[in-house]
Amino acid sequence: MRLVIIATLAAAAVAAGCATAPEEQAPAGVEERAAKPPAPVETKPVARVDLTSKPAAGSPLKDPKNILSRRSIYYDFDKFDIKDEFRPLVEAHAKYLRENPGTKMLIQGNADERGSREYNVGLGQRRSDSLKRALTLLGAKESQIESVSLGEEKPVCTEHAEECWAKNRRGDMLYNGEY
Amino acid sequence: MPIIGRFAKNITRMQALLTRLRALLGTVLLLTAPLAGAQLSIEITGAGAPRMPIAIAPFSGEEALGPGVTSIVRADLERSGLFRGLEVPPLSPAPTEASTVNYAEWRSRLADALVLGSVAARPDGRYEVRFRLYDVVKQASLGGIAYTLSKDQVRATAHRIADFVYEKLTGEKGVFSTRIAYVVKRGSRFELQIADADGAGEEAALVSFEPIISPAWSPDGRKLAYVSFENKKPVVYVHSLLDGKRNVVANFKGSNSAPAWSPDGSKLAVTLSREGGSQIFLLNADGSNLRRLTSSEAIDTEPRFSGDGQWIYFTSDRGGTPQIYRMPASGGEPQRVTFEGSYNVTPRLSPDGKTLAYITLNEGKFQVALLDLSNRQVQIITDSDRDESPSFAPNGRMILLATVIGGRGVLSAVSSDGRVKQRLSITEGDVREPAWGPFIE
Repeated sequence: MRLVIIATLAAAAVAAGCATAPEEQAPAGVEERAAKPPAPVETKPVARVDLTSKPAAGSPLKDPKNILSRRSIYYDFDKFDIKDEFRPLVEAHAKYLRENPGTKMLIQGNADERGSREYNVGLGQRRSDSLKRALTLLGAKESQIESVSLGEEKPVCTEHAEECWAKNRRGDMLYNGEY
Repeated sequence: MPIIGRFAKNITRMQALLTRLRALLGTVLLLTAPLAGAQLSIEITGAGAPRMPIAIAPFSGEEALGPGVTSIVRADLERSGLFRGLEVPPLSPAPTEASTVNYAEWRSRLADALVLGSVAARPDGRYEVRFRLYDVVKQASLGGIAYTLSKDQVRATAHRIADFVYEKLTGEKGVFSTRIAYVVKRGSRFELQIADADGAGEEAALVSFEPIISPAWSPDGRKLAYVSFENKKPVVYVHSLLDGKRNVVANFKGSNSAPAWSPDGSKLAVTLSREGGSQIFLLNADGSNLRRLTSSEAIDTEPRFSGDGQWIYFTSDRGGTPQIYRMPASGGEPQRVTFEGSYNVTPRLSPDGKTLAYITLNEGKFQVALLDLSNRQVQIITDSDRDESPSFAPNGRMILLATVIGGRGVLSAVSSDGRVKQRLSITEGDVREPAWGPFIE
């Protein structure tokens, strides 16, 4: 539901942004009424949701020399714990989320192709949930992160062998604008 | 009925004989010509025993309808593994359902059963097909039907005739008029396809650049629930096949997957991660009235209702390895159902509720197992090694499944006694995620 709402808002925002001169509205009919003080006109600020902005060039997220440009962590067979070699990467992303509280992240967990597709959705979810937990324990806000699973459906490597499966047992971190 | 009883008795006798024959000769390999225009082509890779010889004489005047009605009827019956269609030489005059049957002549052609019929054009531009089924041994008519049809209903009519013949001769309903759903991956495209049970007449219900998995037929056969990844995460949709309308029924935070219909079509069980982990929830088919059914730290997924609606079977790794459990459909304490092996997933109940089909990891191979729920006997009925998604035909006789042959995804069908085997493959692309639809009234 949430995504649908955001999509609607985004469509509205885009439509508003693209509109040329606003059309003249026909003047409203004036209604004579018994004296009653007119209600004060309130202008509340509109909360803007912008899904079009991508991390700008020069963003640390895009700088190949910055650890934040790395987004994937890999898992052992049937495991979902974060291996020591990926600790610095997870800490760096947690720090970025902490320092940029308006930033949102989608974590996509993935599994290798062996076995049931739906059970593999479960395995991928276990991996993305575990990564989300690590990031929130390091100070990211729960509301900044959505953890989902792509199961075995989005392999980056398609050979039917362990070297490939190891690449497909993966958690990917995407920032808003990237998904 | 005595006739069915007699056929059954013959069948039992022939079964014993053919089992011995098969032991000597190995598996009989039969090839059928691919059906014209079919996307999926069917190859029968193991024939069941016994096969009743049946003569289906070309219907008088059937050329008017284009593709031969009787050849479709014959192909349907042969594909069941229970019948052998006899070659019928051209007869003059062509016999029809109104002819006097020369039983002795048909008996000498070794036919146990015979179908005769005719096609006539109607003044309104449509056609009338009449046919009659005969028991040649007993020299008796087993009934017949007349159908009015237009030219584009030839295949559907032929499937109805095959269903009639099948039911009269075996005593159980035929599934030739039912449809199957499956997903084809062609390059970067994913297509949710609907086809006749023989693989012909394929129509795409949904085409996407993102994966589609777990199609599930509504009990009335009008809708499919499935999981689509078009929003960069799994979301459950219900798709109406007649008008293509799609409703999002589960798009909560996290993953939404594994839809299963309640037998009355009013509810769906789904797997959601909205509260952490993968847990089973129940909601109305319009997405309202969500309630949680399982509470574990494990992966609980792949729910399936029993036919009486009392139970939900599901996969869970709460015991350390993925195994099949069941719980009351309103939630409650699960009981473990599978015990042998370290990987038992994807539970599917037979239509009569007596057998559970599932995927088991057997010496490194993922294969289809059948568990007899009354005596707890387990039988592995496939010899492939990457089987997934077993799906019972609505009469319970065949199981459709996905497997991999030569690196390509194909569908395979196996009879529930493991004897009849067919392969449905496609010229290019991977086929997976089959779901056999219900009987169509």
